[in-house]
Amino acid sequence: MSASALRERFGDAILREETIRGDLVVWVDAGRAHEILAWLRDADGQQFNYLTDVTAVDYRDPERPLEVVYQLRSLSRNTQLRVKLPLDKSKPLAVDSVVDLWKGADWLEREVYDMFGVGFTGHPDLRRILMWETYAEGYPLRKDFPLRGHFTRAEQTRQALAANPEAHYSIEELSIAEAYDELPEDMKRRMSKGERGFVK
Amino acid sequence: MGLIEAPNAGAESAELAGVSPNFITTKLDFLANWARSNSLWPMPFGTACCAIEFMATAASRFDISRFGMERMSFSPRQADVLICAGRLPFKLAPIIRRVWDQMPQPKWAISMGACASTGGIFDTYTMVQGIDTIIPVDVYVPGCPPRPEGLMYGIMLLQKKIRGETLADPTLRQEHLVDDRGFFLPPEKIDEISEPFGNSVHQTRSA
Repeated sequence: MSASALRERFGDAILREETIRGDLVVWVDAGRAHEILAWLRDADGQQFNYLTDVTAVDYRDPERPLEVVYQLRSLSRNTQLRVKLPLDKSKPLAVDSVVDLWKGADWLEREVYDMFGVGFTGHPDLRRILMWETYAEGYPLRKDFPLRGHFTRAEQTRQALAANPEAHYSIEELSIAEAYDELPEDMKRRMSKGERGFVK
Repeated sequence: MGLIEAPNAGAESAELAGVSPNFITTKLDFLANWARSNSLWPMPFGTACCAIEFMATAASRFDISRFGMERMSFSPRQADVLICAGRLPFKLAPIIRRVWDQMPQPKWAISMGACASTGGIFDTYTMVQGIDTIIPVDVYVPGCPPRPEGLMYGIMLLQKKIRGETLADPTLRQEHLVDDRGFFLPPEKIDEISEPFGNSVHQTRSA
């Protein structure tokens, strides 16, 4: 696949293309990314029906934009494509969620949110996935994040010990909410309120 | 590490002053310590590659049954010694604390490997810099990971330590709970223990 089909259809929204070690990489405008990715998934001759990974890269150069990376694969055509969305770091970082296109993007986008603080507009359940939900030090994979975190070790230890390891989610926070009516009575009672502290 | 003292160090000598050991108490100590040290049931808390070495230690070639550790206790309520084998992230800190609090006295803890003892190479935002900031530790086993012989030496040191205990010392069986401020050790002590050493100071701060 070459980027010519993309350029023909989306024009200026395709910022740059490059073939790196045999892999085609396309930089696209973040504002139109959802539209472009939807087209890549559905259009004849594209059929990128499998989303391998969503991740992000923060470069050391503070001028350089943070990039959200989508690694797409077409199982039927046995080919792949990397789509990158540059985001200006001086503005709030936000892109449209692609969970409506690929369901597997759910946890991948949560991880990018957790590690880089990129907001995915339209994500059904955007909260931290690796770090605990009350984690207050920021986004660990940003280049301006010190390796040992912002807090002192004592403060980190205090916060960790204050966590309640037996806390659970409320039924509203879980994706099995529609199965609520079929649960046993005692489980319904336990799930009526969550205990995990601050949840978005 | 050498920096750590029991949180109540200094209090012991005053309390022990009134007790004079005699034939009965020393024989009782000997008997109790002999029984305890030769029937330690370990609670394995394996989080990383040290747990593999720990499993090897428990398996036929090295066989810690020979030291009376016949039964792995997968419930903290029937365990005597907590063996933390592997790195401990902050996310697991409240869990190991809960496991430790659930273990009945008498109880001991072995910190197995560099990561459990000091944080090891993981001097990062996720990692507890030594489990002694979370629970009291009796024996530190160095190594990355320690070989089974190393762990067994640690176990034998713990047995030696147990044989030196006396029932007349109530402080030995005292619980060291997390205090109202949410700390097990004083915060300045945690910072001191967590301080990096060697050249890692220069490697970690991103420009």
